Amino acid sequence: MGNTITEKILACHCGRDAVSPGEFIDAGVDLALGNDITAPLAMEAFRGMGAERVFDPARVVLVPDHFTPARNIEAAENCAAIREFVREQGLEVYFEVGRLGIEHVLLPEQGLVLPGDLVVGADSHTCTYGALGAFSTGVGSTDLAMAMALGEVWLSVPESMKLVYHGEMDPWVGGKDLILHTIGRIGVDGAHFRAMEFHGEAIDALSMDGRFAMANMAVEAGAKNGIFHVDEVTREWLKGRSDKDYQVLESDPDAEYVKVLEFDVGGLEPQVAFPHLPSNVRPVSEAREVELDQVVIGSCTNGRLEDMETAAMIMAGREVHPDVRVIILPGTPEIVKEMVRRGWMENFLEAGAAVSTPTCGPCLGGHMGVLAAGERALSTTNRNFVGRMGHSEGEVYLSGPAVAAASALTGRISHPREVMGE
Amino acid sequence: MLLEGKAWRYGRDINTDVIIPARYLSSTDEAELGSHCLEDLDPDFITAMEAGDIIVAGENFGSGSSREHASLAIKGCGVSCVIASSFARIFYRNAINVGLPILECPEAVAHIETGHELKVDLEKGMIEDTTTGASFQATPFPGFMREIINLGGLVEYVRERLHDRS
Ligand code: SF4
Repeated sequence: MGNTITEKILACHCGRDAVSPGEFIDAGVDLALGNDITAPLAMEAFRGMGAERVFDPARVVLVPDHFTPARNIEAAENCAAIREFVREQGLEVYFEVGRLGIEHVLLPEQGLVLPGDLVVGADSHTCTYGALGAFSTGVGSTDLAMAMALGEVWLSVPESMKLVYHGEMDPWVGGKDLILHTIGRIGVDGAHFRAMEFHGEAIDALSMDGRFAMANMAVEAGAKNGIFHVDEVTREWLKGRSDKDYQVLESDPDAEYVKVLEFDVGGLEPQVAFPHLPSNVRPVSEAREVELDQVVIGSCTNGRLEDMETAAMIMAGREVHPDVRVIILPGTPEIVKEMVRRGWMENFLEAGAAVSTPTCGPCLGGHMGVLAAGERALSTTNRNFVGRMGHSEGEVYLSGPAVAAASALTGRISHPREVMGE
Repeated sequence: MLLEGKAWRYGRDINTDVIIPARYLSSTDEAELGSHCLEDLDPDFITAMEAGDIIVAGENFGSGSSREHASLAIKGCGVSCVIASSFARIFYRNAINVGLPILECPEAVAHIETGHELKVDLEKGMIEDTTTGASFQATPFPGFMREIINLGGLVEYVRERLHDRS
């Protein structure tokens, strides 16, 4: 019996020829990640373990992206404690405000995650790096402390699900729509503890940014990880990002899957998740007439170059609806620079959108645009739980960047064709 | 360990954003986090609950964010144990890692209602609803996890490993 790509990466990281679903392993990590919410607890646990030095100062990265630039004194204190830990441990990679980005956009961009790697992060969306053919998964702060101290994590080997996407997608449909559609079909625990392995010609045709958006939301289906195979698109994207070699692994033809799901996405419309679950998904045609107070475009799901381009093209020469506040949340400073170079920044500003420095900000109701009671937002983020973007009586709808940009102009959830006059 | 307390019954997909909203995440203090536990879901919970009470919920408890603050908030407000039909992955790890007792038992969840008096034997995984007299057996933990649980959490486990290395 063959093995899946997930099983092969895990086997390589625990010095075994093969592992099977359900086995517990202590796996070596290539990178351990924390942020300004989870690192303070991890640092406490690290000391509690009696650890003095991190296992490798080049492989522990703390990214204070959630409540930064510091939203209040408590957040500033947490960031100060992280900065002190970074200095004390001599951590080699650290990004300060101005060079800081949203962790899951920043690390791949900077070449810090490569195919075949095993990455754990004290952030649930660490699963994003599966887009690169890496095994990456979210863990808690105490797990992060163990990874920092020993360079290891305990894992049970997941069963794998194979998801196959057929057909040629509409130009207004992207990776975000595919993953929303998938979660709509399987539910928020449809991939409970499993690996989601993405295949099919629609996936082959998908950009890296689209793949990152899909892998990012694997956790919204309860998965341990989401994973793609390395192809030309991946290789091209990786060029110039790292000097290190990487390992390309593939699922065997006779690998075992607990489930194989097929999707025909040829006629798929852009998708919208209604409050208060990412699985509460309907096609955009059934979401029209939902009026909006705020639109957020960006985050670790859709704050990449292609997302900014899509939104900037739709908003070019047009105006944000007078009753709507639009917040653009680019993922990294490199993306912001590109937005300036390519004139997209001007498109946004002329349209009447606010462009934020890279931060998680409103995505988790932290700052930079939280909702009041009764307000309604459309967001390209990944969660629409009760209270996620601020007041517990606020409402969050989720979509991809094209629908979000079009809706910013009309003031209600809209198909991009409506404003592009196609 | 034997636990006794009143049940607080909730539905499925109780996520970490409602267990402890992000606005409180600048704190790492158990008691402080505990004082806001579940406030966006059920504002009465924190005022009416008593130390030792037990949260009983449906599938996918603790879904969403990796914030360990969620396990700490539940511990911090005095909840002695969480019984659910199933737990979301990261919450499950966190609870074991920080020593918050959890039990997976869909049969018990289907039976128990808010206000029922419960008795829980953690070692045996036995749950007794003393209001109705019914009792249930929770899914046993795999051996490796029992090791962490018996040590009181992952901090001790790693401490021993570090000790063995030096
Ligand atoms: S952008 Fe949102 S989902 Fe992504 S890491 Fe930040 S808070 Fe989490």
